[in-house]
Amino acid sequence: MSVRTWIEQWPVYRQVTGDDRLALGAASRSRITALQQPRTATADRVVKSICPYCAVGCATDVYVKDDKVVQIEGDPHSPISRGRLCPKGSATLQLTTGEQRLQQVLYRRPHGTEWEELDLQTALEMVADRVVQTRAETFEWESDGKRTRRTLGIASLGGAALDNEENYLIKKLWTALGIVQVENQARVCHSSTVAGLGTSFGRGGSTMFMQDLQNSDCIVIQGSNFAEAHPVGFQWVMEAKARGATVIHVDPRFTRTSALADVHVPIRAGSDIAFLGGIINHVLTNELDFREFVLTHTNASTLLRQDFRDTEDLDGVFSGLDEETGQYDPTSWGYEGVEEKGSVGASSAPPDAGSDGGGGTQEGSSVHSSGRGETHGSGGPSIGEGEPHRDETLQHPRCVYQVVKRHYARYTPEMVSETCGIPPELFAQVCDALVRNSGHDRTSAFAYAVGWTQHTVGAQYIRACCVLQLLLGNVGRPGGGIQALRGHASIQGSSDIPTLYNLLPGYLPMPHAEENLDLDSYVESEAAERGFWGNMRSYAVSLLKAYWADAATADNDFCFDYLPRLTGSHGTYETVKEQVEGVCKGYFLMGENPAVGSSNAKLQRKGLANLDWLVIRDFTLIESATWWKDGPELATGEMRTEEIGTEVFFFPASAVIEKSGTFTNTNRLLQWHHRAQEPAGDCRSDLWFMYHLGRLVRERLAGSTDERDRPVLDLTWDYPVEGPHDEPSAEAVLQEINGYDGNGDPLSAYTQLKDDGSTSCGCWIYCGVYADGVNQSARRKPASEQDWVAAEWAWAWPANRRTLYNRASADAEGNPWSERKAYVWWDADAKTWTGHDVPDMQADKPPSYQPPKDARGPDALSGTDAFIMQADGKGWLFTPAGLLDGPLPTHYEPQDSPVQNPLYGQQRNPTRSLIKDPQNMLHPDPGTPGADVFPFVLTTYRLVEHFTGGGMSRTLPYLSELQPELFVEVSPELAAERGLEHLGWATVVTARNAIEAKVLVTERMTPLKLGERVVHQIGMPWHYGPNGLAHGDTPNELTSASLDPNVHIQEDKALSADIQPGRRPQGRDLPAYVEEYRRRAGVTDETGRAVRS
Amino acid sequence: MTALSGDRPLDPASEAGWGDAERPRKGFFTDTSICIGCKACEVACKEWNAIPEDGSMTLTGMSYDNTAGLSADTWRHVAFIEQKKPLGHQQPGLERARDEASTVDLGMPSLPAASADGESEFRWLMSSDVCKHCTHAACLDVCPTGALIRTEFGTVVVQDDVCNGCGYCVPACPYGVIDKRPADGGMHKCTLCYDRLEVGLTPACAKACPTESIQFGDLDELRGRAEGRVEALHAAGIPDARLYGHDPTDGVGGDGAFFLLLDEPEVYGLPPDPVVTTRDLPRMWRHAAFAAAGLAAGVAACFAGRRP
Repeated sequence: MSVRTWIEQWPVYRQVTGDDRLALGAASRSRITALQQPRTATADRVVKSICPYCAVGCATDVYVKDDKVVQIEGDPHSPISRGRLCPKGSATLQLTTGEQRLQQVLYRRPHGTEWEELDLQTALEMVADRVVQTRAETFEWESDGKRTRRTLGIASLGGAALDNEENYLIKKLWTALGIVQVENQARVCHSSTVAGLGTSFGRGGSTMFMQDLQNSDCIVIQGSNFAEAHPVGFQWVMEAKARGATVIHVDPRFTRTSALADVHVPIRAGSDIAFLGGIINHVLTNELDFREFVLTHTNASTLLRQDFRDTEDLDGVFSGLDEETGQYDPTSWGYEGVEEKGSVGASSAPPDAGSDGGGGTQEGSSVHSSGRGETHGSGGPSIGEGEPHRDETLQHPRCVYQVVKRHYARYTPEMVSETCGIPPELFAQVCDALVRNSGHDRTSAFAYAVGWTQHTVGAQYIRACCVLQLLLGNVGRPGGGIQALRGHASIQGSSDIPTLYNLLPGYLPMPHAEENLDLDSYVESEAAERGFWGNMRSYAVSLLKAYWADAATADNDFCFDYLPRLTGSHGTYETVKEQVEGVCKGYFLMGENPAVGSSNAKLQRKGLANLDWLVIRDFTLIESATWWKDGPELATGEMRTEEIGTEVFFFPASAVIEKSGTFTNTNRLLQWHHRAQEPAGDCRSDLWFMYHLGRLVRERLAGSTDERDRPVLDLTWDYPVEGPHDEPSAEAVLQEINGYDGNGDPLSAYTQLKDDGSTSCGCWIYCGVYADGVNQSARRKPASEQDWVAAEWAWAWPANRRTLYNRASADAEGNPWSERKAYVWWDADAKTWTGHDVPDMQADKPPSYQPPKDARGPDALSGTDAFIMQADGKGWLFTPAGLLDGPLPTHYEPQDSPVQNPLYGQQRNPTRSLIKDPQNMLHPDPGTPGADVFPFVLTTYRLVEHFTGGGMSRTLPYLSELQPELFVEVSPELAAERGLEHLGWATVVTARNAIEAKVLVTERMTPLKLGERVVHQIGMPWHYGPNGLAHGDTPNELTSASLDPNVHIQEDKALSADIQPGRRPQGRDLPAYVEEYRRRAGVTDETGRAVRS
Repeated sequence: MTALSGDRPLDPASEAGWGDAERPRKGFFTDTSICIGCKACEVACKEWNAIPEDGSMTLTGMSYDNTAGLSADTWRHVAFIEQKKPLGHQQPGLERARDEASTVDLGMPSLPAASADGESEFRWLMSSDVCKHCTHAACLDVCPTGALIRTEFGTVVVQDDVCNGCGYCVPACPYGVIDKRPADGGMHKCTLCYDRLEVGLTPACAKACPTESIQFGDLDELRGRAEGRVEALHAAGIPDARLYGHDPTDGVGGDGAFFLLLDEPEVYGLPPDPVVTTRDLPRMWRHAAFAAAGLAAGVAACFAGRRP
């Protein structure tokens, strides 16, 4: 530096000689300030990724300098997020590069009191040994004389936070080993969505896409706290509002979503079916339905059998109920004119969960014929052979339209008021807004989340919305539909490529020990007669070819016998029960924290404490990893560390920026994220873990001549590895998922799949994601260069369709219902369907097409049949098959409710499934002695500042400081009644446990008037647990394992509870305190379990 | 030479030696009517600027606000206000099913219900606060070290390498924004992401904001947009909507970061009529100079009178 430069840089010189005589700006700028550069500008490269939190699927730009990630922010080109991120998304740099992440494998030996360090390879070898040994010891060829070829000794939980490719390997390896208890967060979050949407429309995914909400004229958000749980998606609600749409929020609490809504409707938690039923009644009574749509696209005109009896006839139950077992024989729910196929069960089975345990207030594990059936995530239920009878005038008393009308006739505004606590005037406002904004020229959308799904009637909540939207003509149209808001980055993907016990990839059912003896009987009992689910054999054979390649031949049934069989429900909660009983001995937790996130947390820990070994893969030591060391039961004296024999392995996991793969967002969109840096220390991806574990297990079984080991040894498991850690190629796995033709070339569409073994495909609904040999999920054409549908941004299943059932956006002749709502239409000149989206229809099938009499599969549907996965091509107002708890949504009270069912003598869902365990006690029926011990309604929810069980938020300083402690929200009225003080402590109690929390007294909570009675509600965010920076008791200590019969999702959104001022008893006094509550309420192990009431 | 006073020109950058306004003045327009209170701004700001966490990890009880206010380690802060007051045509549905007299006092900032019955009137206001980047910035005026400077974008930033932590700026700020970080002894506040601005990037908070409640851009353009937004809200039946800090004739010469509020500024914890605290300095200096001159003259006169 020359002397002259040196002098010129002197601030005083600059002040005197320049324009900045006061030295306020230019003259005072220091050299460091002048030279500063943002780290985004100095980064070596920008890597395209996806946010790992909720399922909106916000795209991110990951800035890398010297092979280290230095910044993560939103990608402005994304048509979904437009570069924006919520607080969690904004914290992904801290999540992935923060000091809280563990990088060392940890090991707790049986009865050990401390963690020990273990090297990664040794730990993996030890796990492989335990898998081999436990499997050998617990392998079961038969159960009750039925071939099962499986083990119940090992289970796995988690996958919704992982990539599709990882889920694929998890399911593939476990299935080959015969492990059936494979589960993930989808069970406890949205399994009822698959059942509800699937039986109504033929597919179990959200019908629309996020950006399309901007085209809605009215948006009803119910069972969802949209602004808090999916903030970046909420921008499209705000966009619609700015365009004049009416936004309605129906929720027990006034939340951050309500704050931005036009109308907030406080509702009693657990009464949403009564509310939706009330709107359906309003529509039908006043004939406000979109009649042309209803006639063209729903089963309104179909006639039902003569022996069908409705809840109107039987005081709250349908025909076919066995009052002993709590199970329906659904035969009488069928269409008139069709002959049912096979056994009763085959046409009536539970969609997502196929549980034999379904039905019956006792949790099920026995083999029986009625429980197992189709899964409807992408294929509707079978309705039997023959042509259903119809009455196009809708006047026949047994046509669906009239049956639905009668069913909901008692859901009057007065009844809604008495059941939900909603004044008739406010209710009328919602009805008017919806009806006014539906029809030819206008569309309304519903958005929901786990406020609807997590109930003992969860699937029917979703169904009620489907019925309403079909009647209003709001399905398959721009701005119309049902937005299912899922909450993990790939929870849709972990349903599609399921780490779920009852499903194989693409919603193919796991075979059942009783019905699915071989491939033929499997296809016979599971496929639909018409529509694309009629081609199920091709999908199944292609999957078997992907799993077992050359070993799978036509002669050996394509190795169908290699698949383990189900004999009942093997869901998350039944697995815990198996752990408590000592049947399940080994457990993998793959990014799930059941000690916080699953219902009845104490029951969860009871299961964990009875395991032989436990493997945890996570970022930090979550509560499910440390319960043996510092869990609540140690404080109460119910467990002692030295007495706990569970061997615990902790493997640190790779973060999203350290691996490549796809997430499937809440709108079925597969988005590829690229690896930005290598993981540090022992951190590895789940793809790495599964691949190398599988490799080690196969090494150990090599040379075995035991038939038991054939599926493992014949399994295709030779993925190319790359990088310093021998990371398997996620791209190779995605290619296997997409599938190959006979020449080894990638397939382009599932319509190419064959049932002769000439094609292979790991997940038929994902076929096309690698079309033309190109990773379609990695497409990132900027939003500004496309229309709002953004068809060239990533890839959506099925066939890159963004709005499902979009054939319904046109009338019978194929013309748009209106110019304003034109979306997909028939171009008569070009003889093809065309429009803004990929038509959800065979492109060349004219509207006038009528199927020949003997047609099967897709050709058996007409040119007006918009629901191509349904056996009759229609949207189902009434489900003649597919659900275990009734063909029409009916209001039942939650399992634990302080309110007697105002609508029927039947208090609860007669078919609900209840786990039986001394730690799963239930509350007395309202109106019986002891019921008033738990007088209030408790609901649980998310906060925007935290994420699920807290493992990805409560450990982060930036998020924890925003919501540092558990709290309980109560109204000023309840506070006065119970003597609760703002910011003081309160104890909340159920028959399961008692927890303490700081009190927030707020006007946002309001007492509800149900007739003359006032009902108070209590709200608690459920993220908290004892570990981490932000902590508190776990609200899931209070909830029970009371399950929906269809899918075995738990009811934790509505239950009864007591609240008292002050802290809870500590130590040994706590169990005694809860026991005293049980004694006062007269709770026994029979309480609340009756089928009929 | 320009004086330290409240009636200075309104182009602070050119005043600070950055030449004629080649670069338009940049700022924030925070439209609180569409804020969802998600706090993405708080986190995005901390991530970008690598600010330490500063929460006490205890619940404040101030609705959903647990960061309590702007500080050396919180440069964006979201306030939450629960009010018994209507919001335009919003129907909050919160009919009180019980007698109001039996309720407890929440100690929340709130105003009396606008209508006589008080039933079903409720709104939850959220607002993301930030340094105002005043046109007449007292912090800048009083800084003795030149650590605080006006940038070419018209914003006000602290230079960490210059600041000696004297703290003069703290009482000078009419909004109580700037603050000392005990860990490093330096003064810290929002820089409007000076480093990002220099390469044409949007500040971190505005980029993250899911609903565009925080808008970044040329101040003139933002002011025009804001006025249109106020008119729209008035037309939508929200007469309370008003701008705050947009007026170049106010006590600080207008803010570089201004707001659309739905109530009085006090409700949000903002001063109703902020004045640059150095406004009176020139006058004071003139008086002092006059007094000094008078004194000097008197002394001189005394000596002058001695000599015969």
